[in-house]
Amino acid sequence: MAGRTVLERLTWRLARVVATRAETPRFVSLDLEVPGWPGHLPGQHLDVRLTAEDGYQAQRSYSIASAPAGERVAITVERLDDGEVSPYLAGDLRAGDLLELRGPIGGYFVWEPSLGGPLLLVAGGSGVVPLLAMARHRAATGSQVPTRLLYSSRSAADALARDELDRLARTDGSGFAVTHTFTREQPPGWTGYRRRIDPAMLEEVGWPPAARPLAYVCGPTRMVEAVATTLVELGHDPVRVRTERFGPTGG
Amino acid sequence: MRLPEAALVSGFISRGFRGRRRLPEDLAGRVPPGQYVEPGFPVLSAGPTPRIDLAEWRFRVAGLVARPQAWTWEEIRALPPSTFTGDIHCVTKWTKLDTTFTGVSVDTLLDAAEPLPEASHAVASSYGGYTTNLPLDDLSGGKAWVVWEFDGAPLAPEHGGPARLLVPHLYFWKSAKWVMGLRLLDHDAPGFWESLGYHNHGDPWLEERYWSD
Ligand SMILES: Cc1cc2nc3c(=O)[nH]c(=O)nc-3n(C[C@H](O)[C@H](O)[C@H](O)COP(=O)(O)OP(=O)(O)OC[C@H]3O[C@@H](n4cnc5c(N)ncnc54)[C@H](O)[C@@H]3O)c2cc1C
Repeated sequence: MAGRTVLERLTWRLARVVATRAETPRFVSLDLEVPGWPGHLPGQHLDVRLTAEDGYQAQRSYSIASAPAGERVAITVERLDDGEVSPYLAGDLRAGDLLELRGPIGGYFVWEPSLGGPLLLVAGGSGVVPLLAMARHRAATGSQVPTRLLYSSRSAADALARDELDRLARTDGSGFAVTHTFTREQPPGWTGYRRRIDPAMLEEVGWPPAARPLAYVCGPTRMVEAVATTLVELGHDPVRVRTERFGPTGG
Repeated sequence: MRLPEAALVSGFISRGFRGRRRLPEDLAGRVPPGQYVEPGFPVLSAGPTPRIDLAEWRFRVAGLVARPQAWTWEEIRALPPSTFTGDIHCVTKWTKLDTTFTGVSVDTLLDAAEPLPEASHAVASSYGGYTTNLPLDDLSGGKAWVVWEFDGAPLAPEHGGPARLLVPHLYFWKSAKWVMGLRLLDHDAPGFWESLGYHNHGDPWLEERYWSD
């Protein structure tokens, strides 16, 4: 399935920051040009390595936000103010800077049109990033796989790519639907969900188990645990529920 | 400037990066390269946490053994207990210091099953379908456990409860959660993550993270 890309050697490469984009007050996207990038599948991540003047190094993983596109790769980083690496990536890097990275990594939490669907994408906070890569790839390839994205953010201002996702959903016949839930603060006149993802919401928004959707769940550990457990309790086949946990932090 | 392919990497300094999580001197020898110390206990698994009925739970040792074994939950917990205290290292870069796990030494389980002389490797398999492969040398000689307690409390399901393998000298994906058995082989047979790009062996001190490392 993913053998094509995971077989590439994972050498460290120097990438150039082509552009930085503030997506929301807390999220910054980095467009990178990576000479020799072997290509990736939506859902994979890369490892970033920072080196200080005295040789001290720090490594972290970041999901790839962009659909496959030659040697161009984008990541979207949530700034954790007391973090070590994310404030540097999301605050200090400028266009023209260099960044050491390697990848792509991961061959399971990936989707490409040949895997089919229907797709259920469930995201919490920064966990939407690899799912955005899937949605972008799906649109770019003209895939008709019916797809529903359920995306939990603290507020509308924290939701990544909200306009882009709405546009995808409005495109006639696209088969793409997006549902937001804003857990802390809602825009004026908001009539949608305003609570954490729960069983009732997954039943209303997700596919019935009989549709045998392929589910991708990504976000903070506790949210992923709760959603994956609920999906199995609702009758979904555990082998069709794929998870990626970003660790204890995040939305 | 044209960037060279995959090059100049040693000697590259990230402009303006200083690093905040520098290790205190006394920990310097304890944290493998590329790792940082994590106060919490993150979770990494590929799918939902399986629900396991203790009445049905079994731990089997099969394959190239003289006496295949199948312990029930009560039986395995009646074996001589063994505790590990030390550090664990996850391939996603975190290291957790001073953990305590209690269970049974894999040596005890292998002794009961009597591995045949030609047995050289094992595949651990789990409820939920996960597998991981290990050389028998990494599972024996006091280096591996099947554990059901973490820091004095029952191991939580998301951390692999009721029982997980614990192989603390290798990256933590080798410590299969929800483990249900070991099959001994006379050859190596890559498991789940090992087939998806992760290193076949996984020594954190050698940074054996991915296939090419
Ligand atoms: C597969 C994968 C994909 C990921 N994809 C993304 C992505 O697309 N976007 C994204 O933004 N993130 C992603 N992450 C998370 C990312 O790798 C980093 O964990 C995140 O950016 C935080 O790193 P940091 O160095 O800024 O924070 P760290 O310095 O690692 O700290 C993280 C948090 O832990 C706390 N902490 C850490 N050490 C200590 C300590 N000693 N004492 C007290 N508190 C401490 C900090 O306060 C902070 O809030 C992904 C992770 C994985 C595993």
